[in-house]
Amino acid sequence: MDDTNIFDDDLYRQIIIDHYQNPHHQGALECPTHHLEGFNASCGDSLELDLKIEDGKVTAVGFEGSGCAISMTSTSMLTDLILGKSVEEAKRITKAFKARLLGKDEDGCEDVDIGELEALDGVKAYPVRIKCALLSWNTLSEGLEHPEGLIMQ
Amino acid sequence: MSLSDMSSEMSLGDLRADFPVFADGDPERPLAYLDSAASSQMPRQVIEAMVNFQSHSYANIHRGLYRLSGASTAAYDSARQTVASFIGASDRNEVIFTSGATASLNFLAYSWGEKNIQAGDEIALPLSEHHANLVPWQQLALRKGAKLRWIELTPEGTIDWASLQEALSHRPKLLTFAWVSNVFGTVHPVAKIAKLAHEAGATVVLDGSQGVPHLECDVQRLGVDFLAFSGHKMLGPTGIGVLWGRMSCLEELPPFLYGGDMISIVKRERSSWAEIPNRFEAGTPNITGAVGLSAACAYLSRIGFADIRSHDLMLMEYAIRRLEEAGATVLGPKDLQQRSGVLSFRYKKLHPHDIATILGRDEVCVRAGHHCCQPLMREIGMTGTTRASFYVYNTRADIDRLAESLAKVGDIFHIAPCPCTKIGHKPAPLASDAAPCTQEESCGECSCKLLNQSH
Repeated sequence: MDDTNIFDDDLYRQIIIDHYQNPHHQGALECPTHHLEGFNASCGDSLELDLKIEDGKVTAVGFEGSGCAISMTSTSMLTDLILGKSVEEAKRITKAFKARLLGKDEDGCEDVDIGELEALDGVKAYPVRIKCALLSWNTLSEGLEHPEGLIMQ
Repeated sequence: MSLSDMSSEMSLGDLRADFPVFADGDPERPLAYLDSAASSQMPRQVIEAMVNFQSHSYANIHRGLYRLSGASTAAYDSARQTVASFIGASDRNEVIFTSGATASLNFLAYSWGEKNIQAGDEIALPLSEHHANLVPWQQLALRKGAKLRWIELTPEGTIDWASLQEALSHRPKLLTFAWVSNVFGTVHPVAKIAKLAHEAGATVVLDGSQGVPHLECDVQRLGVDFLAFSGHKMLGPTGIGVLWGRMSCLEELPPFLYGGDMISIVKRERSSWAEIPNRFEAGTPNITGAVGLSAACAYLSRIGFADIRSHDLMLMEYAIRRLEEAGATVLGPKDLQQRSGVLSFRYKKLHPHDIATILGRDEVCVRAGHHCCQPLMREIGMTGTTRASFYVYNTRADIDRLAESLAKVGDIFHIAPCPCTKIGHKPAPLASDAAPCTQEESCGECSCKLLNQSH
């Protein structure tokens, strides 16, 4: 067996394993302005994403759910990236990341800093896993369209 | 391949040479195909039978007044006879060709179901049924105001006998169940269940998708009224399957699909129907597929189900041992005799899709997820399992590849071997009778929940 790629895996990079095993901002918010639910039927991955948006800015974020390393890591990175950002900035990050994974050119995304999300580039080689990486972002998108608040119970 | 070249010591894996797919790829890293419960590979004997037929004997069947159509009709009829003999049917006309088990079961839900199910009637089925043997009945029940009566499973994935008897005490019109569970690999005692169901007045439908490829099938001994199965899980092509029905049951069924080939006389206002089986095969059937399925039946018959069964059990025993040594938790019955070629497992707390992705990169082909059994997964509190399934061409080397690749998964996720396994403790997540682990840490997957904190 070829062991050379274990410590520099093209898909399961160390930073992904770290986020998966110690996800950031895990747990529901007490008083969210947004409670969003996402589900991937084919993998059974489920996500509940809470946001607090005040004056057009994400002031708190938390999530609960279960899923594969890719979807959990992507969610954890999402929470790091959007916390403290304006709704407009969060939308631009979402658009840039989706375009990057789906291999599309998206105007106005060139200068967006997607930070650690670059580590998920390896997913592009596994088309069936792209939906794992996008679950939290698709869930977030729905909330960002309603900056005034959205509680889906 | 003939019976004479197969001594009892010889592994069935030696017939791998019949399967062109195994000659492809990197000889250093050969294909470990462990997904036959989803779809099996095809031997050249089946491929060649279809190529020859399509090249030299093909035309539309029936009514063609020329040589080729006669040859094609003869091949189609002969395929029906081969399949009938293969499953022990007394009359070849009891074999109806469909596009697969899903079509067979939907046919029954419409034809038998629309006629026999009324508001308030009950349909009994185990919680472990594949969506193909669940959703058609669920939708029939919704259309008719009927009720689904669920039969519970034991933690090992066998049918809970008390729950079955409770369900039958409500005198369901129909009992439908899988011969072999596509998640647990459990072989259900069909004849015993069918007898009880008949005593309760139920019609009995068997989903043979996982059973017919692996176990000797004799519809007389099974004692069911209908049997559905697919060609592509038994070395045949996709797009062909069978609905077998006892002739006395088939005679009661209205047609489901209408069109050419299934009629006797068509007038402006009404029509009458052709004889069985044509009555149930509207339109041009998958003739080449039937020829392929017939060749697959012949291939399996030449090996013989005694050898197929012992090969399955040999692989199953070895796989359970190798997977448990690797720290995986195997689902399903502990008694080997109650298992067929399907092996679901969990590995630590990892998501099955992460496991299957990493195995897939090593050319170890397994299936991961809910296996079209969402109600079951919800019941056992899992989003899914990783499933390895075996067939005649698999060898112990395939299992070794699986175990080695699984160790790689453990390395990527930095999973240390569980202390439980070090002291010889067998993880057993679904059984509550396992001895508690006395180690300070356990893998979090075994039944010793007392001190359970994952590493």
